[in-house]
Amino acid sequence: MMRFILPLVIFLVLSSFLYVGLSLDPREVPSPLIGKTAPAFSLPLLQDPNKQFSAQDMKGQVWLLNVWASWCTACKDEHPVLMDLAQQNVVPILGLNYKDKREEGEAVLRKSGDPYMLTVFDADGKIGFDYGVYGVPETYVIDKQGIIRDKLIGAVNPKNLRERILPLVEELKKK
Amino acid sequence: MKRFFTVLLLVLPVLAIADEARDLADNPVIERRMISLAEKVRCLVCQSETVASSRSDWSNDVRQIMRDKMIAGASDQEIMDLLVERFGKSVLFDPPVDKETMPLWGGPFILLLLGVGVLLFQLRRRSAVVAEPSLTPEAVQRAATLLEEEGKS
Repeated sequence: MMRFILPLVIFLVLSSFLYVGLSLDPREVPSPLIGKTAPAFSLPLLQDPNKQFSAQDMKGQVWLLNVWASWCTACKDEHPVLMDLAQQNVVPILGLNYKDKREEGEAVLRKSGDPYMLTVFDADGKIGFDYGVYGVPETYVIDKQGIIRDKLIGAVNPKNLRERILPLVEELKKK
Repeated sequence: MKRFFTVLLLVLPVLAIADEARDLADNPVIERRMISLAEKVRCLVCQSETVASSRSDWSNDVRQIMRDKMIAGASDQEIMDLLVERFGKSVLFDPPVDKETMPLWGGPFILLLLGVGVLLFQLRRRSAVVAEPSLTPEAVQRAATLLEEEGKS
């Protein structure tokens, strides 16, 4: 009897490992920045290079930092989701236009709408590097004290927005 | 006019080459140090590739940051610490042994021990089975008869 059960058990264990392994995304590296203070920055605005905006200015608010670029295809997928979110007016979204050309970034917002409270322009990706950006789009949830609470790698979609981002935002707002 | 553009087109690639090579010529020492350090860093957008060998945009940026930091006088360790701080330990191809990476380093040995244990258990059980006399009295009788017959012929 053991002769039949043992291989079956081994098979089940191996296949469950495989199942879990396949459902993991190797690109999703847990960010060491979660729980740390969001790196400070002061950057020019995308639409107005003469104006500067710094992360300091968001103190006291729960906000999202959305890293995007005109060359990024997944950003086009999440764009309507962000537009929806912006309309609900629950949380300010700050755009970080990452390693883009100014005109091209501006054109995207002009053509498909601007969900951002404002967008800062990170031409050489230096600030992106500070935030540990390696795949665009990425979205950070930052609390009132300026601490990064979550980081979403890849596009925002209605599901992860509803189940992951918004509950966290609500919770942080209460604090 | 046409000839001018032809010449211009021919010259254009030279510009591209000059741009690529400049960094190396600028400071070969830094470049060598940067490459040897970049070989220890994982390219996060291509996995299984080092930042030194990857042509991805992200790796290009990381190499440039390494160069800049080296020129600014940062030590290799400082640069590695900075990368770990930003991207986590998984950027290291050779992650340090600590609490978090214990399963990674210890796992294979645990599996090996388990395997040896199973092997020993099986071997012991088998030798116990083999050592047992397995002949019935009738079989012994039959063997004796057969041997006897063999002796006669």
